[in-house]
Amino acid sequence: MEWETVIGLEIHTQLQTSSKIFSGSSTAYGAEPNTQASLIDLGYPGMLPVLNREAVGMAVKLGLAIGAKIADRSVFARKNYFYPDLPKGYQISQYELPVVYEGTLDIEMDDGSTKTVGVTRAHLEEDAGKSLHEGFETMTGIDLNRAGTPLLEIVSEPDLRSSAEAVAYMKKLHSLVRYLEICDGNMQEGSFRCDANVSVRPKGQKEFGTRTEIKNVNSFRFVEKAIDYEVERQIDVLESGGEVVQETRLYDPAKGETRSMRTKEEANDYRYFPDPDLLPLEIENSFVEKVRSSLPELPDAKRERFISDYGLKAYDAGVLTATREMGDFYEAVVKASGGDPKLAANWVMGEFSGFLNKDGVEIAEAPVNADALAGLLKRIEDNTISGKIAKDVFEAMWAGEGDADTIIDKKGLKQITDASAIEPIIDDVLEKNPQQLEQYRAGKDKLFGFFVGQVMKATKGKANPQQVNELLKEKLKG
Amino acid sequence: MHDKTLAELAAGLKQGEFSSEELTRHFVDRIEARDDRYNAFITPTPERALEQARAADRRIAEGNAGPLTGLPLAHKDIFCTRGVKTSCGSKMLDNFVSPYDATVVEKLAEAGMVTLGKTNMDEFAMGSSNETSYYGPVKNPWDESKVPGGSSGGSAAAVAARLAPAATGTDTGGSIRQPAALTGLTGFKPTYGRVSRYGMIAFASSLDQAGTLTISAEDAALMTQAMAGFDERDSTSAQESVPDYLAALGQDIKGLKIGVPPEFFDEGLDADTRKAVDDALDVYRQLGAEIREVHLPHLDLSVPTYYVVAPAECSSNLSRFDGVRFGYRCENPKDLLDLYERSRGEGFGAEVKRRVMTGTYVLSAGYYDAYYLQAQKTRKLIRDDFLKAFEEVDVLMGPTTPTPAFGIGEKTDDPITMYLNDIYTIAVNLAGLPAVSVPAGLVGGLPVGLQIIGNFFDEGRLLNVAHQFQQQTDWHRRLPEGIE
Repeated sequence: MEWETVIGLEIHTQLQTSSKIFSGSSTAYGAEPNTQASLIDLGYPGMLPVLNREAVGMAVKLGLAIGAKIADRSVFARKNYFYPDLPKGYQISQYELPVVYEGTLDIEMDDGSTKTVGVTRAHLEEDAGKSLHEGFETMTGIDLNRAGTPLLEIVSEPDLRSSAEAVAYMKKLHSLVRYLEICDGNMQEGSFRCDANVSVRPKGQKEFGTRTEIKNVNSFRFVEKAIDYEVERQIDVLESGGEVVQETRLYDPAKGETRSMRTKEEANDYRYFPDPDLLPLEIENSFVEKVRSSLPELPDAKRERFISDYGLKAYDAGVLTATREMGDFYEAVVKASGGDPKLAANWVMGEFSGFLNKDGVEIAEAPVNADALAGLLKRIEDNTISGKIAKDVFEAMWAGEGDADTIIDKKGLKQITDASAIEPIIDDVLEKNPQQLEQYRAGKDKLFGFFVGQVMKATKGKANPQQVNELLKEKLKG
Repeated sequence: MHDKTLAELAAGLKQGEFSSEELTRHFVDRIEARDDRYNAFITPTPERALEQARAADRRIAEGNAGPLTGLPLAHKDIFCTRGVKTSCGSKMLDNFVSPYDATVVEKLAEAGMVTLGKTNMDEFAMGSSNETSYYGPVKNPWDESKVPGGSSGGSAAAVAARLAPAATGTDTGGSIRQPAALTGLTGFKPTYGRVSRYGMIAFASSLDQAGTLTISAEDAALMTQAMAGFDERDSTSAQESVPDYLAALGQDIKGLKIGVPPEFFDEGLDADTRKAVDDALDVYRQLGAEIREVHLPHLDLSVPTYYVVAPAECSSNLSRFDGVRFGYRCENPKDLLDLYERSRGEGFGAEVKRRVMTGTYVLSAGYYDAYYLQAQKTRKLIRDDFLKAFEEVDVLMGPTTPTPAFGIGEKTDDPITMYLNDIYTIAVNLAGLPAVSVPAGLVGGLPVGLQIIGNFFDEGRLLNVAHQFQQQTDWHRRLPEGIE
């Protein structure tokens, strides 16, 4: 039987507000345990939550960016359960009336196809603390620094049909929240995490199959693997006559498999009800418009503009707009070099991105900035150096040896464009290789490349390749 | 000195008849000598009080005194008080010393009031007799075999026995008005949101309101003036400005429209209490008020509605008492579940557990719609009844309680009968309205109260209406035997 996969994602994005959603404590990552937990975060008797407006603005930002509706009235609710890292015994979240609902996100697949994915809702809630199991022997440590950090949970419709689509959706959202500067997207630190709801059904069937929820997957690769594993597992269960059990499962990256965490029967009854400590959140249109006017250019619009303004291919434009930083960097290079946007695109996507990846650094920390790279591109375009030599210059720039001109100068890499300098070298090469010359003249055209190579070798790559070609052709005619 | 109202004591301080230290010493000594009989205080704070009194005296000498500077009071042990045990009447918080002050505590301290100590109360404010306290029942100074009412029973007994000239209380379903009625005091619950809940340990957040237990309505006005106002730390506190309550007190009430709902005069109302209320209405008639019947058709839904809403909220509010970060923790828990079960099982008393379980039940999947949602709807009906009544009248009047104080132990086995003691007060909390109970007579030697209910944020008029009654009667100045 042919099966169809159905996936819906719930993505928790940690909002990069300076203070927590209901208290004034800092949200900075990595502080000593419990040093960023106020009496509110600790759930002390008599403490009350006060909503951070900055978090609301960020939720609205996301809502506008995905063309969603912004609720003029949404309600905070309590999700009740006991856990040591949940100080109040309930999490303040939004349940029936979320702040953002009914949006869409367009994804592009590698084959160039596109798809519109529904976003059911996005709601504000507070994060829990962390339980620390290492270093306490028979006890558990509790770190409440994260307790009360604002989260925006973005819930998709079950519109995704493969792990590849799921990853594309997740990447798109990841890019978007960073564009909007509402989430740092740091998956390692848990700022962007994903729960995947997965089910399968016979192709053509309308009803959804029973789904399982894979909790807390923290990387694109793991999401793909976890979903693929889960789909295969569910198909195996169904094909061997079994039934999929509705349950929550955990992905184990070490084993590459999902395993049952709790079934529906064991699930908590969260006893949601409106939080009587907080008034309903009322958002006025003027606030929404203020947020709208602060929206940056969004990835899709930027991509279209790169294609039309710079003549880039769709794929290249997509790569260069994947993050706001990359797009900004690229445009800065184009502007500073004043030259061919395609050349700039090749360099930003090629050498520059390669070095970033190799060293694992962010654009902002890169040793070569946009002006410096533009300086190098100028020297390529005015034929001071060849593209090949430029790569060596770039490496030296990356190593901190100075700007392009300094390095070209210091290392004497200036391209030889003077015919009177190149001609004697060609003569010398021809003289030293009489056999090849004879063969070439006897019709073995392929040897042309050999002579070019020899000349370039003799000039340490500095001869202008085009000039070498022309002069060599002349000389070989004899 | 102890039989004076706050207003009178303030005049004495101002005229230099006595210092705040002398005044405070007097009450500190009375607590020391007499509280064994009543058990009104959980934690007296004599040294702190004397220190605050000396500071107040300096302030008076410097000419920086406000109307409340140097006057002593007692705080219900539900208000977090920095550096002082704040138990909420529970074993769960017997070891809890608050690291901060509640807004009410902070504001009254800023006004220069002196804290004599923390008063006894029903555990987590859940009770109508002060019998659910971990620290034992409080005795009614009018008859020590009777309850003082609850949950602010310690505050009521302390003021009734003149161990303090005034006290704070909280009122979720009548917890200020009912004990005030049963101990011959003026008990005032402002509009929901009028006074900040920050630092007030929550029972039912949508109903809880801080207020006062005082000898007179004038005293209530004095204290409320200092307590009221928006607090950015409590999102549910009202952004309404605070008028001058004292200035409202002198106003003539001729032509005042008083609504009397027959629903308050049901078969459960004791005949003598009814008579006291009728007599009080006569006083108002003589003052030129116009009395007419108005109806609150959904009043009979208030007790069932309340016993869904309040437990639902309390079941969630009390989840934080889990033995992990503060409060009682059981000995040698063997695992997490054991820690939770025994810490809460051993730390909470029977009434608290009953309400937590009721609340958990009504919020559970499958029951939420039938109970919690339904209660929200009936709550709205009750509120709408009041709003409609206030289109016709200025205030509503009726009895505060169906009977005078009952015996200690008399109703402890029957929670429903106990709950019915709040039958006249509960609807006011569900609607969020302000109300005051004023002493209106003695029945068999025990005080009974007249309840006056006002419109939202109409505290000024409400207090004046109470004050005018107290200008004509002296029920509020009567003292239990042996207190003189």
